[in-house]
Amino acid sequence: MKTILNNIIDKPHEGEIKYTPKDFKPDVDVRWCAGCGAYAVLSPVQRIMPELGIPKEKIVSVSGIGCSGRFPYYMETYGFHSIHGRALAIASGLKISRPDLSVWVATGDGDNMSIGGNHFIHTCRRNVDLNVMMFNNEVYSLTKGQYSPTSHKGQITKSSPLGVLDDPFNPTSLALGAGATFVGRGHDKDRKLLQYLLDRAARHKGTSFLEIYTNCRIFNDGAFEEFTNKDTREETTIWLEDGKPLIFGKNRDKGIILDGYTPKVVPINNGSYSEDDLLVHNEKDSTLALILSDMSFNPELPRPMGIFQSLEKSPYDQRVEDQIEYEIKTKGEGNLEELLLGESFWEIK
Amino acid sequence: MSKTVENLDEVTVRFAGDSGDGMQLIGTQLSDTSGFAGNEVNTFPDYPSEIRAPEGTLYGVSAFQVHFGTKNIKTTGDFIDVLVAMNASSLKVNLPNLREHGVIIVNTGGFDEKNLKLAAYSSNPLENGSLEKYQVFAIDMFDEIKKELDGLNLNPKLIKRTKNIFALGIVYWMFDRPIEPSVAWINKKFKGKDEIVLANVKVLKAGWNFAQKNPVFKKQYQIKRASLEPGKYRNITGNQAVALGLVVASRKANIPLFLGSYPITPASEILHAISGYKKYGVKHLQAEDEIAGITSAIGAAFGGYLAATTTSGPGLSLKTEAIGLAIITELPLVIVNVQRAGPSTGLPTKPEQGDLLQAMYGRHGEAPMPVLAAASASDCFNMTVEAARLALKYMTPVILLTDGYIGQATEPWKIPGMEELPDLTPEFAKDPAAFAPYKRDPDTLSRPWAIPGTQGLEHRIGGLEKADVTGHVSHDPMNHQKMVELRKEKIEGIVNDIPELELTGDKEGDLLVLSWGSTYGAAKTAYDKLIDEGHKLSFAHLKYIHPFPKNLGEILFSFKRILIPEMNMGQLKTIIQSTYLVPVIGMNKVQGKPFKAIEIEEKILELLNQKES
Repeated sequence: MKTILNNIIDKPHEGEIKYTPKDFKPDVDVRWCAGCGAYAVLSPVQRIMPELGIPKEKIVSVSGIGCSGRFPYYMETYGFHSIHGRALAIASGLKISRPDLSVWVATGDGDNMSIGGNHFIHTCRRNVDLNVMMFNNEVYSLTKGQYSPTSHKGQITKSSPLGVLDDPFNPTSLALGAGATFVGRGHDKDRKLLQYLLDRAARHKGTSFLEIYTNCRIFNDGAFEEFTNKDTREETTIWLEDGKPLIFGKNRDKGIILDGYTPKVVPINNGSYSEDDLLVHNEKDSTLALILSDMSFNPELPRPMGIFQSLEKSPYDQRVEDQIEYEIKTKGEGNLEELLLGESFWEIK
Repeated sequence: MSKTVENLDEVTVRFAGDSGDGMQLIGTQLSDTSGFAGNEVNTFPDYPSEIRAPEGTLYGVSAFQVHFGTKNIKTTGDFIDVLVAMNASSLKVNLPNLREHGVIIVNTGGFDEKNLKLAAYSSNPLENGSLEKYQVFAIDMFDEIKKELDGLNLNPKLIKRTKNIFALGIVYWMFDRPIEPSVAWINKKFKGKDEIVLANVKVLKAGWNFAQKNPVFKKQYQIKRASLEPGKYRNITGNQAVALGLVVASRKANIPLFLGSYPITPASEILHAISGYKKYGVKHLQAEDEIAGITSAIGAAFGGYLAATTTSGPGLSLKTEAIGLAIITELPLVIVNVQRAGPSTGLPTKPEQGDLLQAMYGRHGEAPMPVLAAASASDCFNMTVEAARLALKYMTPVILLTDGYIGQATEPWKIPGMEELPDLTPEFAKDPAAFAPYKRDPDTLSRPWAIPGTQGLEHRIGGLEKADVTGHVSHDPMNHQKMVELRKEKIEGIVNDIPELELTGDKEGDLLVLSWGSTYGAAKTAYDKLIDEGHKLSFAHLKYIHPFPKNLGEILFSFKRILIPEMNMGQLKTIIQSTYLVPVIGMNKVQGKPFKAIEIEEKILELLNQKES
């Protein structure tokens, strides 16, 4: 059914679609604190955009409230800085109505895991084709330092001066449990890795969820230091590569095996184990994804980075389109006059 | 056999029985047939809150009331003239509202020992003389039906289920209704199920014939046709009318429709209807909660859709913060609140007008927006289209208030031709050279609607205060003052784009009755009756609450006394008094029931007598 909206949706881009990262930088000052991890997300996003070949006018970033909420102002595309927790619901309405758009959501651990938690699980379940970047700094920063749903037990913050009592969400497990088809994790100290994740997320059809560790220098400095510092991260993290055995360590001398359903670290250079014994990553295996994600808070195990899962499943926005198309194909385009007349009418002459 | 015929101006019939007895179905049939016969009709379904209450219980009674007549049928009828009761409980529950000397048609099969016990009758009311002041027709309907269908070898369960159709046949005879429309309906509804069609058509005729032949039925009643404007009509509920209004508005606006909604009584029927309109290109999201209902709609509005969200009181509370976002981002959005009795869960299936102040003021910050109220079921269509018109033209969310009464009541609706309705086509911004996100149209003060996909208009909007014209984030004190004032002026300016208030009766005088929303039917009925009797008073009905029509003040100042009947504790009264500094006499009913015309009539008479004494 064509409307005046089609004049915009169907209009081809004028000129060549050729950009540089600079084209995505608007003429405003970026106001995040110096050294904030959010810069390390913004820059790779601006870098991958030209490679995606999407006209700028078809890109929209949507955010909620928190430090991540400022993201749309720093992208020279369409943008919507909304209210606390609701970015995903707004983005879902936008994407369902406008599947022609590439919709990016910038959110945080408070915005997305707490006040927006309901929208998060349902967006994952529906598999709306959105690219969701969750800046996780394990603290509420914009409200000046309270603990968040990803803060760890015992963490001292403004609202937990005697230590946090609750256990945190593991965002990747939550996303997997809610049915997200694409789930990955990266951090602010490895731009190349992040660029790779963002590119994969952009190309995935369906909800792509990226948990991104972003250091908050002011309220939770060094929260991820052991996993992100170049000196230690090869020992403390493991890079998930599709089809490859799980190996880590500075000297690539350790691997992960499965003992029953339990992952364990084994040495692979002392003769007891070889690469062939190791667990091999498979992005299409959703059971494996849950096991790998569950490694996250185990101090005995390296923390997984990369893509836990990437499944093909038709996105909700596509299903909506398909249902309309099917209805029109089988019943014909709706006749408004018939609709108004209803099941039974009469005429007064 | 001699039967007499009496002419009536109007009649109220109430069908009552168990949830599974099919009372809604035959009520709808009588209503459609009466419309077909050229009468004015007004109906109201009365369901129990329980989904499938145990059979025969007092709390499981389901009823459907049909009020039809020759003129001025604007309510569902104050008192019942004819009560059809399928069991003891339905008699007991509805008897208090039966008119003196009224007609009772009962199915004696529903008055066995078990039924009487469930209805807490110590003796059978059909035998103990307690119904002496009424005309009682006690019929063993099942027995009569068995006689009629004997030899057809039909499933006994099916036979039992046709009791309602038998009762309908009796009522059709009594009011000289044609049976053809219902026969056609049965054929259509049960197409391909020949056994069911045969049984129902036979039983309908059997009911008619039973009354025709039986000597206890002495009188038949005729209700003359109403003088209605020529055209095509159908019966419609307010909720159906809202759904159709949204689809039609999107077609007239030449943009697609998106509904974001969460199920809630008594608004869900709007969601039900729209979710089936896929072949009209409509999109909807049954959201995870009320907040996602409205915010997904805001997302769709940003994307260039006619966006709407539908809800009832508790849902409106949850949507409040998001409405503020739609106000500051100046995006078009239609919010329909089918009001129910509150606070909190309140009486979820019963109507009230308790959300007016919330609709007007229930947001943080200075957040004015248009507030409209529909007067009746069919008016829900007009006001939905009007809400969409204002939303699109002024780039603002608009609240339309209806309630559980007009949401579920039906009345005949003259089906409009598409060409009679206004063109609502909005203009999307296109020209990068002339574009700024908050550069306003000098006439409407609305900002341009620049939607994603438009090359060169990339911009950011959001909940933070924006600088005038440029739309950059701004914390400048004077800019905030200016933006608050501009948003207020924009909404107030709508006053020049809405009709003036219509005054019925003398232009000035002692008493003005001012109604709003669903109180229209009862208030207007009371007014018409008193004018017929020669009393002096005037009447006006408000559909635009914010902004008020331009001439409202002038009208208010022309009367010594103003009476506002409303289903709340005086919310419109509060607004009128504070806006115009005139005293208002309130009449407040919060019983989860609409006003009866007689209640307003008595209140007016009391006021008129006070003056005389």
